[in-house]
Amino acid sequence: MNSTSTQFAVQTNMIYETIHQVGMWGDFKVDGFLNTSSPLILDVETQLGNQSEDSSHGTVGGSLKYDQEGSKPVDKVLRRLAQNREAARKSRLRKKAYVQQLESSKIRLLQLEQELERARQQNQYASGGIDVSQLGYTGNLKPGIATFEMEYGNWVEEQNKQTTEMRKALQSHIGEIELRILVDCSMRHYFDLFRIKANAGKTDVFYLMSGVWKTAAERFFLWIGGFRPSELLKILTPHFGQLTDQQQAEAGNLQQSCQQAEDALSLGMEKLQQILAETIATGQLGEGNYLPQINAAMEKLEALVRFVNQADHLRQETLQQMSRILTTRQAARGLLALGEYFERLRALSSQWSSSPCESA
Amino acid sequence: MDKVMRLASENGLVIFSKSSCCLCYTVNILFSELGVSPYVHELDQDPEGKDIEKALIKMGCSAPVPAVFIGGKLVGSTNEVMSLHLSGNLMPLLKPYYSFN
Repeated sequence: MNSTSTQFAVQTNMIYETIHQVGMWGDFKVDGFLNTSSPLILDVETQLGNQSEDSSHGTVGGSLKYDQEGSKPVDKVLRRLAQNREAARKSRLRKKAYVQQLESSKIRLLQLEQELERARQQNQYASGGIDVSQLGYTGNLKPGIATFEMEYGNWVEEQNKQTTEMRKALQSHIGEIELRILVDCSMRHYFDLFRIKANAGKTDVFYLMSGVWKTAAERFFLWIGGFRPSELLKILTPHFGQLTDQQQAEAGNLQQSCQQAEDALSLGMEKLQQILAETIATGQLGEGNYLPQINAAMEKLEALVRFVNQADHLRQETLQQMSRILTTRQAARGLLALGEYFERLRALSSQWSSSPCESA
Repeated sequence: MDKVMRLASENGLVIFSKSSCCLCYTVNILFSELGVSPYVHELDQDPEGKDIEKALIKMGCSAPVPAVFIGGKLVGSTNEVMSLHLSGNLMPLLKPYYSFN
C-alpha cells in the first residue's frame, strides 16, 4: 500500500543523499552502508587529514626535531616522503572501496527503482502520498537510462585508464607504431561514447540534454548534451606541440568551420524551443483541457533527438578531422591533454561537492 | 522525382525543407553564414510535397529533410553538409553561388 511505496522512496532518497555526500573517497563500513548517516564520512576524512599533521609533532618526529642543523632537513624530507606514500596508499584503498560501493549501490538502486515503479503503478500518488518528484529522476527513470548510467560509468573508468597509459607512453618515448595503436584506441573510445549516447537518446533525450549524467563542473559547460567542440579545440591547440604552417592553417579553418556549425545548431535549437513553447501554449491557457497540445508537443520532441545526434556527429567529425591534420605524436599529446582536462573537471566537481556548505 | 531534379538543376543551390523542421532551419542559417542564399523549397507548402518526400527517400535521404542539392547533385542531409564543412570541402562547392552584397 502507500507505506510500502513510501519505504522504497525513502530508501532510494537515502542512497542519493549518501552518494552525494561521499564526494571524494571516504572510509565507510561495508555492511552499514545503506543505513549509514552522512557525518561518518566527513569525520574520517578529517581524522586522516589530522594524522599526517600530528605525526610531525608526535613522538616519532619529536626526537628528530632537535637534531643537528645539517641532518634536520633530510630527515624531514624522508619523513614527508613516507607520509606521502602512506597517504597515497590510503587514498588508493579508499578509492577502491568507494568504487566497489558505487557498483553495489547502482545495483541496489536499480532494484529499488523497479520496485518503486511497480508500487507506484499499484497506488494512487495523487491522493496525498509522498512526492516522488523530490527524488529527481528516479520517479520517471526510463529503463534504458539505468543501462546508460552503468555504461557511462564504465566508460569514464576506461577513459581514465587510457589517459594514464597515454601519459606513460609519451613520457617513455615509445615507437610510432605503438603510439598509433594507443591513439586509434583512444579515438574509438570517444566514438563508443557517442554510440551509447545515441542509444540513450532514443530512450530519454531530456535526460541526455540535462547533463545530469555528468559531474557538476562538466555540466557548467554543457552544450546540446555534451561538450562544445570549438571550445575544446581552443583549449587543446597549445598542447599539440609545434605545428607546421599548413597544419596551423588547417586547424584554424577547422576551428572556424566548427564554430559556424555550432552557431547554426544553436540557432536551430532556439527555433525548436520557440516552436515547442508555441505548441504547448496554443488554445486557451487556463481552460484545463490540454491533451491535444501535449500530443502535438510529443511529436516535436522527436526533433530534439535529431539535434542531440547532430551535435554528437559534430563532436565526432571534429575529432576525426583533427586526427587527420595532426601527426601521431601530436594527436597523442592532444588526446592526453583532452583526457586530463576532463579528469580535472571531474576532480573539481568532487572537491566542490565534498567542501563544507555555506550556511543557508 | 522529375520535379526534384528540375528544381535542383534550375537553381544551383537547393534545400528541400519543411517550415516546421528546425534542422532545415539550421542548414539554411549555416549557408547564410557562409555567404550564399539557397533556394528553399518547403514541402509542407507544396501540394506535391508528399511525392517529393518519397522521391527524396528513394534517392537516399532518410530524413528526408533537409535535402541539399549543389549544382544539381544531391549532397545529402545535415550530416553530410556538416562533414563537408569541417573537412573544408563545402566552401569550394559553394564558390559559384556567392551573393556579392
